[in-house]
Amino acid sequence: MTRLDDEAVSRLRAAVREPDLSQTKYRLAGVAGTGGMGTVYVVEDTELKRRVALKVLDVPDAGIEARLRREAQVLARLEHPGIVPVHDAGALPDGRAFYTMKWVQGDRLDRRLSRPVPLAERLRLFLRIAEAVAFAHARGVLHRDLKPENVMVGAFGEVLVLDWGLAKVLADTGGLLPARRTGESAVLGTPGFMSPEQSGGESATVDARTDVYSLGAMLHWMAGGNSPRPLQAISRKAMAARREDRYPDVLSLAAEVTRFLDGEAVSADAESVLRRLARVAKRHRVALGIVLAYLAGRALILLFTGR
Amino acid sequence: MNGLMDEHLVRGFPPTLHSAVALVRSGDAAERARGLKTLSAVYWRPVYSYLRLRWHRPHEEAADLAQEFFADVVQKELLARFDPSRARLRTYLRVCIDGLVANHDKAAARQKRGGGAPPLPFDFEEEIERLNGRGDSPETLFEKAWARGVFALALRRLHDECASTGKAQHYALLEQYDLAGERPTYAELAHRFGIAVTDVTNHLSRVRRELRRIVLEVLRELTASDEEFREEARALLGDGAV
Repeated sequence: MTRLDDEAVSRLRAAVREPDLSQTKYRLAGVAGTGGMGTVYVVEDTELKRRVALKVLDVPDAGIEARLRREAQVLARLEHPGIVPVHDAGALPDGRAFYTMKWVQGDRLDRRLSRPVPLAERLRLFLRIAEAVAFAHARGVLHRDLKPENVMVGAFGEVLVLDWGLAKVLADTGGLLPARRTGESAVLGTPGFMSPEQSGGESATVDARTDVYSLGAMLHWMAGGNSPRPLQAISRKAMAARREDRYPDVLSLAAEVTRFLDGEAVSADAESVLRRLARVAKRHRVALGIVLAYLAGRALILLFTGR
Repeated sequence: MNGLMDEHLVRGFPPTLHSAVALVRSGDAAERARGLKTLSAVYWRPVYSYLRLRWHRPHEEAADLAQEFFADVVQKELLARFDPSRARLRTYLRVCIDGLVANHDKAAARQKRGGGAPPLPFDFEEEIERLNGRGDSPETLFEKAWARGVFALALRRLHDECASTGKAQHYALLEQYDLAGERPTYAELAHRFGIAVTDVTNHLSRVRRELRRIVLEVLRELTASDEEFREEARALLGDGAV
């Protein structure tokens, strides 16, 4: 028997894990990351002379293979600047299912926001994420695993929502592969960002409000610990335990965040007259400053001239 | 696709027909022997090392106990109680070794099998000393020895298969590229073997693909259910820790 040491085993593991790209137009350039379904490699498309990301299963698993192929089909029907575009899908010579997508050069959202970023900038990123999710909902697709790790932020602040492996297609008119039967008791998603109905195993009955919940949890995380009260009220409403108490859809949630950014009242936060005055004063602080300066000037003139 | 591959493996799923676990449980003596051969090929070293490191048995006693253990697998039908939904085979076997050692100590005078320790094909002393100096737990070392055992058996099968199909050069390329300490470039390999660089690329892809198929085949043989097979495959080829 061949003698092996741990180093040799580790090289062999890497050798048999690597996707078999012979007889394909791709050449391996590196590893982009690993996840629950498999590994994402950076590969060179030798025909189009560009780098793309190739997602491939690590081990044979019929269930996960079906999920990967379905994810590619879901992505193919979601053409939006905020959703990673898929280029190609199929099986490699070693039999493993794969698909290629745009190689996003940037940071994962959780890493980007580990550095100091102003609140307004964070909220603008949030609105771009919400816009992409709202687009998917309009196409009948729920993401069901929204979390900071599943969002990439490019060098110019562009946002791409990734990992649609748990997506649920509400209205399928395009002949997608059937989803795995998740049943009443299946728990899909990530704790902390998962709605109560998901963690309760009601994956089969979820609707757009389950993504509203996850976006609320992301908003809460993105805004940080000492976020302004109206913002806290928005994420609290989005994360209400009962679906009926949340925003009915992602656009309503996004509209609330936009109102906050514009200094307007948000419906989730009932404010007192005093706080309302303070907010209006803050929103119109330039005009208010001019008026106050004028009044102060008039008062001085009155005082010194008696006129 | 290359000629070495079975059609069902092009889909990535090896067959379930040849589980060594099922063979060892079989009523047919020849099948049991065949199953035991695969099990001992992968598990002999992990079992022996575990006896040395976890139970601190000297070489002769560890070798005797290892031999007794594999005899028990067939004679005492140890695998009859194995339930893949409760534990992986390698975990179950480790628990069985612990039981064997406890019983052995209780009996005090163990039954001698044959004339002392069997001749060993490896330089175990050197290996045990090396393992001992690392600070890994005996359980971790058992898992690592298991991974080495799976790859060693797969390599031996790959070697034999390449030799019998006139593709010995493919195996030699894998040995020099993936097993040697210093990794050569494709151009260096092409020069050494007197072939084109594109041939190096193609042969290496083919032989690695074949190795992957055989590793999965060995894992299939060492497991008793689809779920256990997937878990072991993830542990060895996924983002696992082994």
